[in-house]
Amino acid sequence: MKEELFELLIRLGDDHLVLGHRVSEWCGHAPMLEEDLALPNIALDLIGQARSLYTYAGEVEGRGRDEDQIAYVRLERDYHNLLLTERPNGDFAHTIVRQLFFSVFMQAWWREAVKSTDETLAAIAAKAVKEAAYHVRHAAEWTIRLGDGTEESAHRMEEAVSALWPYTGEMFETDAVTEALAEAGIAPDPSSLKAEWDKVIADVFAEALLSAPDEAWQQSGGRKGRHGEEMGYLLADLQYIQRAYPDMTW
Amino acid sequence: MDRADLQARAWDAAASVPDPEVPCVTVADLGILRSVDIDADGVAVARVTPTYSGCPATLAIELAVETALREAGFETRVERVLSPAWTTNWIGADAREKLREYGIAPPVEASGSIRSLFGETEVACPRCGSTETARVSEFGSTPCKAHYRCEACLEPFDYFKCI
Repeated sequence: MKEELFELLIRLGDDHLVLGHRVSEWCGHAPMLEEDLALPNIALDLIGQARSLYTYAGEVEGRGRDEDQIAYVRLERDYHNLLLTERPNGDFAHTIVRQLFFSVFMQAWWREAVKSTDETLAAIAAKAVKEAAYHVRHAAEWTIRLGDGTEESAHRMEEAVSALWPYTGEMFETDAVTEALAEAGIAPDPSSLKAEWDKVIADVFAEALLSAPDEAWQQSGGRKGRHGEEMGYLLADLQYIQRAYPDMTW
Repeated sequence: MDRADLQARAWDAAASVPDPEVPCVTVADLGILRSVDIDADGVAVARVTPTYSGCPATLAIELAVETALREAGFETRVERVLSPAWTTNWIGADAREKLREYGIAPPVEASGSIRSLFGETEVACPRCGSTETARVSEFGSTPCKAHYRCEACLEPFDYFKCI
């Protein structure tokens, strides 16, 4: 079970690090001052969650790797994040829709993981589930304001929903890793969270006057290290310091 | 000095450390400092818990606690504990009053449940006490604070958000 747990922690850690990096790209560029505080705050939460997950992954692996070695010096194919999390920020609508899709999923995931038979994962979850509640509220409130806003904002939200919808299916994928962990009561079966996710998204969309696209073809591959071309650019930015000055510390 | 005295002395030293972001209260007031024990080798082991996973002050707090214990003459080790997760419920009544005097509205109640989606909380202005206040942003100057404005006295203020 050690290998499966390690893989889970890498997947989840990568989701949070990569999305945290994306959200942090808004720092200094958000459309208003309050958002310039909100988005980096959310990025901090995500990166903080990634740090806990990577630190634990290093302990589970038992080869002496710390959070920084896991975060900064792997190759692209070794990152197992959801493709959704690496999607470029696009306009504010794309960022908000990406936040909504991911945070609604994670809130349900963490809530189940609080009951994990693995004590450390349960402790990380107990902390993260409260932070995720803020992320959901932030994204949902903006979705409603922009979806039920001006013609321009509604149009941009529709575009963002249609562009990102094909990246939502991957969140609920199962494989030998998720099955073994669900069986052992360590982590929730992601497919079991789909009904709740559908319902929360449908409720928010109803208020936002948005509609979910018909079931479309879904992208896949992130969990196996197959990424979009944008991932390489993201890593070049994320890893720069450790690549230029190996093992440097602050 | 027996171990209980040592422990009490170590606790007092660590507990006096002010929070780096909210210096009107100590890390003990906020419930960030969970315990200080003296282990078999006489080392003072302080346990601290982060408020938010990504709180940048966590490292500064650990360093300050370590320094305070060393200055009090202890060999020391600081451990980070995640469970049980920190909650604003651990902030005592005295500390809440200190926050209010400092100009930060203290947390009203713990939230984080799924039902709190869109839930509004009544937050009183720390300056004039009016509850005619508006939330400007749920995210403020630090991860633990939200940004509010008083509609009565027009003062902008921080609200220590519930978690």
